[in-house]
Amino acid sequence: MSTVKYSNEHEWIRVEGDIGTIGITQYAQEQLGDVVFVELPQAGRKVAKGEACAVVESVKAASDIYAPVSGEVTEANAALGDAPGDVNAEPTGRGWFFKLRLADKSELDGLMDEAAYAGFVKALA
Amino acid sequence: MDQAAGGPLKRTPLHDLHRELGARLVPFAGYEMPVQYPAGILAEHAHTRSAAGLFDVSHMGQVRLTAKPGHDAAKALETLVPGDIAGLQPGQQRYTQFTNDGGGILDDLMVTSTGDHLLLVINAACKDADLAHLQGHLEARCDVEPMFARGLLALQGPQAATVLARLAPQVAAMKFMTGAFVIIEGARCYVTRSGYTGGDGYEISTPADTAERIARRLLAHPEVKPIGLGARDSLRLEAGLCLYGHDIDAGTTPIEAGLLWSIGKERRVQGGFPGADIIQQQIASGAPRKRVGLLPEGKAIAREGSEVVIAGKVVGKVTSGGFAPTLGRAIAMGYVERAHTANGTKLELMVRGKPVPAEIVPMPFVKHAYYRG
Repeated sequence: MSTVKYSNEHEWIRVEGDIGTIGITQYAQEQLGDVVFVELPQAGRKVAKGEACAVVESVKAASDIYAPVSGEVTEANAALGDAPGDVNAEPTGRGWFFKLRLADKSELDGLMDEAAYAGFVKALA
Repeated sequence: MDQAAGGPLKRTPLHDLHRELGARLVPFAGYEMPVQYPAGILAEHAHTRSAAGLFDVSHMGQVRLTAKPGHDAAKALETLVPGDIAGLQPGQQRYTQFTNDGGGILDDLMVTSTGDHLLLVINAACKDADLAHLQGHLEARCDVEPMFARGLLALQGPQAATVLARLAPQVAAMKFMTGAFVIIEGARCYVTRSGYTGGDGYEISTPADTAERIARRLLAHPEVKPIGLGARDSLRLEAGLCLYGHDIDAGTTPIEAGLLWSIGKERRVQGGFPGADIIQQQIASGAPRKRVGLLPEGKAIAREGSEVVIAGKVVGKVTSGGFAPTLGRAIAMGYVERAHTANGTKLELMVRGKPVPAEIVPMPFVKHAYYRG
């Protein structure tokens, strides 16, 4: 049983147990355009909620990716090194960025659920 | 790039077409312009390199200079630019720059002689200032006529000649940096064989009210796809071409920018343009810094503003950097102190506070493919 939550920086986090998988949303990848490089945090790095911990480079620009919750990085998606286009093709699947062990699950309460995020994106249009 | 402050965004004659094609429109130099279409920048870039891309560059400024009786428009324009304009034969085109008294570049432009007139194409962000500059300095000798409502389409890529020749057979024989009046779709257009991609192609100046019809006609050919400003930037970067306001500006001279080739041989000696003393001095004894090509190792992209470092000392700055789709890697250009500008020089580019090893390489990054006949 997993829970998916969204940040207002257009990251998603899918939580199973105390591990969260993080990536960017469909809306975010559309806004960025073709992704050509992703710089990911190393396993073992401790990140605080809201901390810039990855960078996604599209043809146009570099964008920071922020940790939606605090925790310790357990794994980065090494496959993105050779296939950064996965972020565009499957932003919520193969295009995930990194996993972390949540430090405080109550931080998830501050994030949006799918319906709230859909409304958030709609309001941006 | 820079958005003109305040006021509603202007639109080109192709605005409705861009919307219909699903373009993402962004503010650019005071215009609402397509940065990309649904295919995306990488696909648009690749298409332009392999077939033909159609760009709307109607936001750029077109100006016609006509000599007043007893005067010479080319000689008049030469008082503002270092290029050899007087030597242009009818139908020839040249790249040059408006310079200031410090030898800096106010704008860069294309100049074509039709025999009767000079046709100028200037940058969108500079066009009002350029027009005032031309009027202020040349009006005693020339009629300075802005044609800012005209359309300007760029058809670029290895299939551009095949496609445009179906509509106007005479364009096939045109050589790089020449221009001619051509009837397309019943409209009198001025076509030059030039562009901003490093590849073969044309720029087509159209009456305002036929720009859309001509664009639709071109897009009906299977070789042609619409291309946005995003790919225009990655294409010109691969070609090592300067972007005004980034790689060249009022504080960089043509010599620092590596544009000596665009200065007429006689004009290097005789001067007679703003900042000639400084530019001649730099030709004689070298500029303090030079624009160079930079090839970073690995995948990180050093963008505009990244510092260039050798042994911990800042020796320059990146002015354009990005991903080169044709090469599948990052490239950049920037200014480096003269002592460190030799090809093969190893240095570091600072990307998000971290040094990325890089090397100075000759430009262009992707070989030019101009049609020289």
